Amino acid sequence: METPLVELKSVSKYFGSVIALKDVSFDVRPGEVHCLLGDNGAGKSTLIKVLSGVHIPDEGEILVGGTHIRFSSPKDTLDKGIATVYQDLALVPLMSVARNFFLGREPLKKTWFLRQFDIEYANRTAYKELSDMGIQLRNPEQPVGTLSGGERQCLAIARAIHFGAKVLILDEPTSALGVHQASVVLKLIVQSKARGIGVIFISHNVHHAYVVGDRFTLLKRGKSAGTYQKNEISREQLLNLMAGGKELVDLEQEIIKLNNGKR
Amino acid sequence: MSLEVKDERVRAVPLLGRLLSRPELGAIAGTVLIFVFFGITAGDSGLFSAKGIVNFLEVSAQLGILAAAVALLMIAGEFDLSIGSMIGFAGIIIAIPPIMWDWPVWASVLMAFGACAFVGYLNGLIVVHTGLPSFIVTLGSLFMLRGLTLGVTRGITGRTQASGLHEYSAGDWITPLFAGQVFRTPIRWLADLGMIDKRADGLPAISGIPVSIIWWIGLTLFFTWLLMRTRFGNWIFASGGEASAARNMGVPVARTKITLFVMTAVAAALFATIQVLVTGSADTLRGNLKEFEAIIAVVIGGTLLTGGYGSAIGAMFGALIFGVVQMGIFYTGIDTDWFKLFMGAMMVVAVLFNSYVRSRAMRSR
Ligand SMILES: Nc1ncnc2c1ncn2[C@@H]1O[C@H](COP(=O)(O)OP(=O)(O)O)[C@@H](O)[C@H]1O
Ligand SMILES: [Mg+2]
Repeated sequence: METPLVELKSVSKYFGSVIALKDVSFDVRPGEVHCLLGDNGAGKSTLIKVLSGVHIPDEGEILVGGTHIRFSSPKDTLDKGIATVYQDLALVPLMSVARNFFLGREPLKKTWFLRQFDIEYANRTAYKELSDMGIQLRNPEQPVGTLSGGERQCLAIARAIHFGAKVLILDEPTSALGVHQASVVLKLIVQSKARGIGVIFISHNVHHAYVVGDRFTLLKRGKSAGTYQKNEISREQLLNLMAGGKELVDLEQEIIKLNNGKR
Repeated sequence: MSLEVKDERVRAVPLLGRLLSRPELGAIAGTVLIFVFFGITAGDSGLFSAKGIVNFLEVSAQLGILAAAVALLMIAGEFDLSIGSMIGFAGIIIAIPPIMWDWPVWASVLMAFGACAFVGYLNGLIVVHTGLPSFIVTLGSLFMLRGLTLGVTRGITGRTQASGLHEYSAGDWITPLFAGQVFRTPIRWLADLGMIDKRADGLPAISGIPVSIIWWIGLTLFFTWLLMRTRFGNWIFASGGEASAARNMGVPVARTKITLFVMTAVAAALFATIQVLVTGSADTLRGNLKEFEAIIAVVIGGTLLTGGYGSAIGAMFGALIFGVVQMGIFYTGIDTDWFKLFMGAMMVVAVLFNSYVRSRAMRSR
């Protein structure tokens, strides 16, 4: 089996008396989409913050490419090829697509004695990278504010990939999107996977997750409720697990018993 | 668009649509309107004679130097209201040491630039580290600087003005840089060719172009380049457009803003240097209301008050409108009381126009 790109082993994280994560193990391999599912407050965001270097875990270990590591900052994590696309996407609506694409990492060219921002290269590259991923821009100089929600999500993902992400962490990338927009983003996830990138896909939506996912990890109240390969679990089983299916089944049984007793 | 883009969904963006997405369009249109207006009403009053043109350009140049810097700061999402009293402050620093203690003028000018840069740095530092609105922080410095300047000047000289600086500045090497005139020879040629009118004594009506106009144009071009063609320019737009996004992408937002506060303060020092060396005097009350005049010029120039969008070229046209209207009203003999009414109304119209343009440009498909 391939070594995971990044791996958490029995990680715990406490916030005072709150146990946000307890003994959770999680990993992602090259060319794999690993979905992280769970209810509100289950600890999904805490888990990805541990993975992206925002939180340092209280217990457990982190391995990158098989070696032990201690992230010192989000910047450090980014340098190791682990890119997180947060829900706010880190885009500036009034600025052009190309300027956003290279925000903070502007390409320079030397003219005479000056080091200038190479806007032509930025336009050309942003346009090409996005069209390679199936997003056709009208113009790389159009403001990001004129893009649809799905296109913005794709821009943020394409940017992370262009700058060498090996692991892509996506926090609910489809939750605010309509059916068509969401499918554009899901397509991009499949493409990233085809490029050998390990994708960690956080979602509430089992339908979206099941379409693109290879493995599924369920978080419940800070603990892992199991990791399943796609061939081990059906969409319905996953749905039941997610929706507290067991509790519902138990409830159903009890109602049946009660009814039988009455009869 | 600099790219050859082949895609069936790409439609040719009409020229008007493309122009409408440029921030300075409104100011350029306004400039044309103002010129037409005064061309009709003030055609033979001398406003458009060589002397009249130099007069309004000089007014525009001084305000434009401030406006260029204020535009960049405003695009980064911040205000600096302290520049008005910074001008009085710098002027006094320039004038008093030579007059009172025989300092060379270049040394006092250098000190004024240094002192202003330091105050600008403090402004920026306080804004960035407290998270307070720059409007409030610099309103505080506006009053403090004015009070400090008044107190210290009266303490040293017993008065609130200092005059007679020409005596000291005339021989200083620094004077031609800020108060000199350029293009004297071409002006004489043009006068000989009859393209510039001559005075009764046979000399051209103007002896040259005030160097402040060169500073204005040079600074505007430099700031435009900075904004559009450098990494720092991208950071300016991002800091004002969405500071948290910029920070997440590794943009040093705090450093960018502090740098711009320093640049604005230095522009105020430049304004003061030009004014003091041209007039030969300083007054603690100089620069009064310049902070707002600069904001008006910048807003007329298409920069958004909320930051993230704008241009230095626009601010240049805003300042030009300011100068033409001010001198135009003077030349046509309209009571100058009307000037402020006119500029205030002009700004409101500009804001309405610009927000319309903005919403058009940002219209989602
Ligand atoms: N910085 C924090 N300080 C204190 N408690 C926190 C903090 N972050 C998360 N928590 C708590 O940890 C638990 C898990 O939260 P979170 O990881 O955000 O869940 P999810 O993203 O799955 O909805 C919640 O009970 C939350 O209140
Ligand atoms: Mg969450």
